[in-house]
Amino acid sequence: MSAIEHRFGPYGGQYVPETLMPALAELELAWAGALADPAWTAELAELLRDFAGRPSTLYRARRLSDHAGRPIFLKREDLNHTGSHKINNALGQALLARRMGKTRIIAETGAGQHGVATATACALLGLECIVYMGVEDTRRQMPNVQRMELLGARVSSVEAGSGTLKDATSEAIRDWVTNVGDTHYIIGSVVGPAPYPALVRELQRVIGDEARAQLLEREGRLPDRVVACVGGGSNAMGIFAAFVDDPDVQLIGVEAAGEGILTGRHGAPLTAGNRAGILHGSMSAIMQDADGQIVEAHSISAGLDYPGAGPEHAWLRDSGRATYVAVSDADALRAFALVTRLEGLLPALETAHAFHHVLEEPSESTMDLLCLSGRGDKDLGQVLDKLGAEEL
Amino acid sequence: MSAPEARRVPFGTHPSGTHQHSAAGGEQRIAAAFGKPGRRAALMPYLMGGFPDLDRSRGIGEAYADGGADLVELGVPYSDPLADGPVIQAAGTRALRSGATLDGVLGVCEALAPRLPVVLMVYANVVYARGVQAFTAALRDAGASGLIVPDLPLEEAPLVLEACDASGLALVPLVAPTSPDERMGRIGARARGFLYTVSVTGTTGERVALEDAFGPIVTRAKAHTHVPVALGFGIATPEQARAAADAGADGVIVGSRLVRAAAEHADDPAGAVRDIVAGLAAGLHA
Ligand SMILES: Cc1ncc(COP(=O)(O)O)c(C=O)c1O
Repeated sequence: MSAIEHRFGPYGGQYVPETLMPALAELELAWAGALADPAWTAELAELLRDFAGRPSTLYRARRLSDHAGRPIFLKREDLNHTGSHKINNALGQALLARRMGKTRIIAETGAGQHGVATATACALLGLECIVYMGVEDTRRQMPNVQRMELLGARVSSVEAGSGTLKDATSEAIRDWVTNVGDTHYIIGSVVGPAPYPALVRELQRVIGDEARAQLLEREGRLPDRVVACVGGGSNAMGIFAAFVDDPDVQLIGVEAAGEGILTGRHGAPLTAGNRAGILHGSMSAIMQDADGQIVEAHSISAGLDYPGAGPEHAWLRDSGRATYVAVSDADALRAFALVTRLEGLLPALETAHAFHHVLEEPSESTMDLLCLSGRGDKDLGQVLDKLGAEEL
Repeated sequence: MSAPEARRVPFGTHPSGTHQHSAAGGEQRIAAAFGKPGRRAALMPYLMGGFPDLDRSRGIGEAYADGGADLVELGVPYSDPLADGPVIQAAGTRALRSGATLDGVLGVCEALAPRLPVVLMVYANVVYARGVQAFTAALRDAGASGLIVPDLPLEEAPLVLEACDASGLALVPLVAPTSPDERMGRIGARARGFLYTVSVTGTTGERVALEDAFGPIVTRAKAHTHVPVALGFGIATPEQARAAADAGADGVIVGSRLVRAAAEHADDPAGAVRDIVAGLAAGLHA
């Protein structure tokens, strides 16, 4: 196995304070050691199977396929324990932390799904857990705050900046700088300094590996398109990873257009295509002003409300291997309502962005595979607030 | 991957002809500030550019010079300062809200540079947003002597180092208590101006009783570089400054204490910091 990537074309790298550099080297070494240790990989496989419920099913959406006029297959990450793909990464990194002898875990969370997954893994392995969450997100994702606290985690609410995922991530990194000796930072997406983007992709590629095998077995073919929402980009990288070498399969990442790309109030740095920059330790597509100050993202969905995206996505975009589009708050809400009514599935607002693209945008595709990254129970309060009851 | 081995520039004693570029300018000015007679260690207060606003931050910088500072570390406010604790973070946020820009802070640099060497502290994205070469050229034109980029470790530094060398600026690297010896040696070999030695594993901010930790980290840093070693992070009182000098530090950096004073005395921030700097300077008298 070759060394884990630090760079994806010009993107990636390790733009962090010197204090953290030895910890990143330690993590990289521990990861290589874990992969080579059959006992470690067996324990992860067992937990993914018996605790998280993998493999997740592949479901041919009946009425949504009729609606779109082509078969739409859903990779059901919403059926995982804790309700999203985030558990795949959290379990893997928590096992890695234990292997490194770290007893204290920190994490950032936006929608709260990564926080819940991390708090769950920490409860299981008996690790102390502190989750940083923007104050705005604690308000709009209250059920997840309560879940994390019940699981024994401490939720530290972050007031800085816009009080969302970017600020929670900055605060988690500051905690790590201070407590790096006994602490592992379980970052929640394919972002951050190397080796995180590649490490998280490897822990999430189980999504794509399973889906590819399931589809081949069921349909004897590959999809024309693989579609996933992109916040930091972990569910998308996880499902894309298994298809990047299939040149006929189109890869589409769906970002949050928020109130519209042109308004500047969005969370779509890949789609907007502005100057690359450094955020949270890596060079990638980011949202910034002329002076290089990071600007606040906006999305109705907390998990997509982030002014950056993983460096590998920026490279997949530049190299032409993947395409990125953006879907507005309003369209995501409509897709949420449609999927709920038509299919009896309640998707996370994050995933609703991807649903809109698949269901409502014209395409020549004859078969789509969509990553249903999580369930939407956490979003009910907000959705009911925004959508009149009559629209539902 | 790694940068070519740096030319070794013996501190304060440039053999003529070893420098193709004008880097000697910034490096020499910094070296002179470290070598002053009557001083056990050089005093380098941190100034948040644009806090509480640009005018007053210039006044605070003047007060540092009046109080006896030998150099000034001038911070560019940033939206996501990963190496900074709450005091400097809040000051940066306030500076940005009151309209501070990179060019505005470079104006402060230009105003202070005639009085004392200015070392700019700025996060990497601000450097890249301007363009590395355009950034270092603007910094040179503003009269700065050096540059500190706290989120640009050794592995990412070659491009900026080259541009700094070409512009006559000292790119000052950081080492931390977590840096292993071998790594500290590689960082120390490429250091220009001085080696910014982080006293604690953590972000900037005042701390009680960390003097015990000064000795080991200063000794390690000095063993791994040819440039002066300046100790920073958590140093707030004259006693701590003196302890840093006792531990062998060639320079002492004081940040949050002064930024907090400026925040607490909005009516006369310059007056408040002048007294503190004078007290710190007295603590460093030989
Ligand atoms: C259900 C769900 N999907 C997607 C995301 C976005 O993250 P990523 O882009 O890393 O998959 C989140 C993040 O919170 C989420 O909870």
